[in-house]
Amino acid sequence: MLEIRGLFAAIEDKPILQGIDLTVPQGEVHAIMGPNGSGKSTLAYVLSGREDYAVTAGSATFDGHDLLTMEPEARAATGLFLAFQYPVELPGVGNANFLRTALNAQRRSRGDSELDAVQFLKVARAETKRLAMPEDMLRRNVNVGFSGGEKKRNEVLQMAILRPRLAILDETDSGLDIDALKIVADGVNALRGPDFSALIITHYQRLLDHIVPDHVHVLAGGRIVRSGGPELAHELEAKGYAGMIAEAA
Amino acid sequence: MTAVVRSGVDGFLARYEALRDLLPGDPRQRSAAAEAFRRAGLPGAAAGRREEAWKYTALRPLADASFGRTASQAPADSRALANLPQIEVPRIVFIDGMFSPGLSIVPSTLPFARFADRAEFGSIARSDSEPLVALNTMLADDGAILEVPAGTDAGLLVLVSAATDRAAFHPRHTIRLATGARLTLLDLACGDGTYLHNPVFEVNVAKDAVLSHVRLQNESTSAFHLSTLYAEIDERGTYDSFVLNLGSRIARTEAHARLIGGKGVTHLNGAQLLSGMQHADFTTVVRHQAPSCASRQTVKNVLAGRSHGVFQGRIEVARHAQKTDGYQMNQALLLSPEAEIDIKPELEIFADDVKCSHGATVGELDADQLFYLRSRGISDAEARSILVRAFLAEALDAVSNETVREILEQAVEGWWEKQAA
Repeated sequence: MLEIRGLFAAIEDKPILQGIDLTVPQGEVHAIMGPNGSGKSTLAYVLSGREDYAVTAGSATFDGHDLLTMEPEARAATGLFLAFQYPVELPGVGNANFLRTALNAQRRSRGDSELDAVQFLKVARAETKRLAMPEDMLRRNVNVGFSGGEKKRNEVLQMAILRPRLAILDETDSGLDIDALKIVADGVNALRGPDFSALIITHYQRLLDHIVPDHVHVLAGGRIVRSGGPELAHELEAKGYAGMIAEAA
Repeated sequence: MTAVVRSGVDGFLARYEALRDLLPGDPRQRSAAAEAFRRAGLPGAAAGRREEAWKYTALRPLADASFGRTASQAPADSRALANLPQIEVPRIVFIDGMFSPGLSIVPSTLPFARFADRAEFGSIARSDSEPLVALNTMLADDGAILEVPAGTDAGLLVLVSAATDRAAFHPRHTIRLATGARLTLLDLACGDGTYLHNPVFEVNVAKDAVLSHVRLQNESTSAFHLSTLYAEIDERGTYDSFVLNLGSRIARTEAHARLIGGKGVTHLNGAQLLSGMQHADFTTVVRHQAPSCASRQTVKNVLAGRSHGVFQGRIEVARHAQKTDGYQMNQALLLSPEAEIDIKPELEIFADDVKCSHGATVGELDADQLFYLRSRGISDAEARSILVRAFLAEALDAVSNETVREILEQAVEGWWEKQAA
């Protein structure tokens, strides 16, 4: 379970998050929607441990672990995964090696045995196929020369292989055509179950037609201004952010 | 043999005086070189004398070191052998600069001679303008003479220099590829203790010939490695070199490539990995003296500790060398705040239809890349090591021979393990 209480965060003294309260129980998928600059990506980065942000107040725990005191790699080892809005290119680093290194680092820290190259490739090839990705994606350098859609699918591939217990998807739908969107949604839906929860950050309701959330929250001005069921996404689509924020104020 | 224990310029000159009647080859070239060396001295060793070509590298520590060994200190052949790559290819081994027939596997496919037996100074090395070439010409007593006959592919050959403490040696190597010949030469320098390895290479690449010259400088970290290479490349010939500088307290790999026939190609690529107090200077001069030639230089530096990297790259394009394509890129990754790099690109262009560019980047590891790796569960230390290796892997991609590239990769791995220890 993810529990965020009274969270304030700033970047270079500019306050962004201004008191977030949010609980995502185990097994649930929550969506966070909001206009540009509302603090959606900041929330994702703060939870995953990016250093540029200063947390000025509040707490965030995942299954009782105090996330805010942990290194990013330790957060990942507890099962947290961030699908980046802008996946980073790693020239000279092969995708398969990168994934195996990451998977084995997490397995090590959980006391599990490491996978050798053969065992790993079996898993990776199966997931690649399931996500309708070309197999040469594993041989290529991480995100180098990938199209926008391929980069996003590569994030989902990483998620499928690392099998997180809490996934934060930061605008994973942006830049995807409708076919890729379905593939990404299928990838997330395949992980859904009692031991998987997700925080889906998006501008649009489109992705939420394919990954139906248990709850939807509207973020504006660094605070959650409304929460509701999946129907809230449709309401938002109809009224626009301005209308909804005006109502909430 | 007597023990000569005098340091600096005087020490080398005294050695020349003692040996002058025993040294092979033309004595007039020797004495002219001695005179040039006496006048020039060791660059940067004396206060107040600073040549532009040696702006960032001072040989003061070399001037203070003393060399000379008694005959009882037999060279450690077995240790030299342990440093050799475990591949079954022809190799020519020199211990402290002297050819070792016992350790060598002389190739059957290409004529090999020793400088000790056939002491010819070539015509392209310049004793008058390069003090270390003068020092080499004054004292050279052995080296490899390799001549690949026309149309022959001589395959892969390893040239090894293994050194022991207190040795000072000045090998003179000549490599000639006749028309259409091919050779991949892996030149490997290693050793133990404090010593001076001061080789001069003269390389001739005839029409349509291809020399791939990969150099792994993995000397002891208290050694001095000062090499000067001259290459002349004729029509459609290729001199493709890659230098990996890992060892030495002070290293300078200076290369002069002259493109004298149309459509010639030269690559002077390399990488330097330095730590502690190491200093390595990668200096190149490319002279485009014929039309439609191409030169490429990509040099990557990884600098840890208080190490100091230098890149000086000069491209000269003669007036008739139209359609020249010259490219130079220097990249440095500084792993500590005390590490330092000096970069000096120089372009001198007299032709009007040319494409020449140079660029340089200096930086730390990319924060976004580090965070991306760590967010996947990879520790900070492992993430850093992955990114440094990736940076180097791109440099090593320039080496096309797989066997040779694997040897370089292993050497990089060894360097990395030493840093971690």
